[in-house]
Amino acid sequence: MSTVAPAAPTVPRHPAPPRFERPGPGAFAAAVAALAVLAAAIDGVGLSLTHLVEGIPSIGRILERMWPLDLSRLPFIGQALLETFQMALVGTVLGVALSVPLAIAATRSHSPHPLVYLAARGLISVFRTVPDLVWALLFVVAVGLGPFAGTLAIMVDAVGFCGRFFAEAMEEADKGPQEALRALGAGRLGIVFCAVVPASLPSFVNTALFNLEKATRSSVVLGLVGAGGIGIELKVAMDLFSYDLAATIILAVFLLVVLVEQGSALIRRRLM
Amino acid sequence: MSAAAAERRDIPVAVACEPATVDLAAKGLAKSLGGRRILDGVDLHVRRGQAVALIGPNGAGKSTLLRCCLRLVEPEAGSLSLLDQDVMALRAAGLRRLRARVGFVFQRHNLVPRLSALTNVIHGAQARRAGPRVWLQGLAHASVREEAMHCLERVGLCHVARQRVDSLSGGQSQRVAIARALMQRPDFVIADEPVASLDPAAGEEVMELFVDLMRRQRTTLLYTSHNLHHALAYADRLVALRAGKIALDAPANAIDAADLRGFYA
Repeated sequence: MSTVAPAAPTVPRHPAPPRFERPGPGAFAAAVAALAVLAAAIDGVGLSLTHLVEGIPSIGRILERMWPLDLSRLPFIGQALLETFQMALVGTVLGVALSVPLAIAATRSHSPHPLVYLAARGLISVFRTVPDLVWALLFVVAVGLGPFAGTLAIMVDAVGFCGRFFAEAMEEADKGPQEALRALGAGRLGIVFCAVVPASLPSFVNTALFNLEKATRSSVVLGLVGAGGIGIELKVAMDLFSYDLAATIILAVFLLVVLVEQGSALIRRRLM
Repeated sequence: MSAAAAERRDIPVAVACEPATVDLAAKGLAKSLGGRRILDGVDLHVRRGQAVALIGPNGAGKSTLLRCCLRLVEPEAGSLSLLDQDVMALRAAGLRRLRARVGFVFQRHNLVPRLSALTNVIHGAQARRAGPRVWLQGLAHASVREEAMHCLERVGLCHVARQRVDSLSGGQSQRVAIARALMQRPDFVIADEPVASLDPAAGEEVMELFVDLMRRQRTTLLYTSHNLHHALAYADRLVALRAGKIALDAPANAIDAADLRGFYA
């Protein structure tokens, strides 16, 4: 059996570039400035290890009083939990339905006019940047206490979240099928609904399911301002120092969030 | 073969046409992309019912010329008449009506991947019928579904009508794209390297089917190809582009493969 001698290593004519680039003066100044901002923020929030250590016994006492769980109000908690999920579901579905046309208007290539594009982008930005708790406060004033206000808050938040990601998914859709439809004389809507939306559908479903998970968590908090759901029960339990009841509610919320996350993961696997 | 060589062999550098029989007439067509001249004063006439192969090396301007014909790429200068329409003067609605009469088959077939073969073929009726009834096969009118099935039948793919096109082979996908073009009931078909993405056997099969279908309905055909055999075997006329200019325009039966090697160097 003949053996082939390995080729002798040769020195390349051009050396490899350095492993790391030395930062320029601008990048160095930016890094120093970022560190200074972080240090000021740590100082601003009063970050203190001493206070944390001193607080541990209090946390221990609360945990001690959480056990055994108070199951006496379980049917009522179940009903409030169902209402929380219903708020998240309806708010997300309405938000997704409104997001699709708004997102089409917010894409550079499919918007009917540059002014419509700017208006749609602006609206999505406003919906996204104002926190859902603020929307809930506004809707409680507008439509009164209860789950309807919370649902509207979740819907607006969903439009801000989904509108942005739907628009980005549509901008990134494969241009080939769009060109083919343009070449055969399809109109703007035909191109959007026949080529762009089908290509973006996996991203739409993903975003909508993430929004449902997010909305389920949010709808717990929205209850704190009277916008329906289980949040208000949790607040009352904590205010009355009924930590055993509060623990039951927290566990119930945990279960709901896990169930929604697992359900959405299952749907994602089936559809993708 | 260069223009000079063509003259030595008595091959015309440009084929003269009777205006009444011309489907496509381009004069002085010019286009630059990224500061580079892609088309540099192209004059081209295609007679009704003729099959013309456009050949030339990469970057010669073939695809740009095809796209300019439907203003998918806007020409910078020159005049263009297609199916008796002044293409450069058309506004959006008129341009849509013209595009509806011209089938365009792309190299990468450009089907909508997540949709069924039948829905993709139904899309070919978009310019004749607007609205959601030509967006999905489930919503389509019975007559549109029947016509689409007939188009699939002509390319031998009835059995995959319900299948998603991203599950089809390259050859099947290109045949669905041809069926979509047939659904347009086109008077003129443009094809940009229609079999370049296929293996040689599938490419041969699809090319034969494609040209046969076009000839049967006497549709004018303008296609590009990097395959000399496809250019010589299926076209009535060969037009060679080099650096954005027409370097050769001759009947296919007047030249052979050896003469054309220079255009792929």
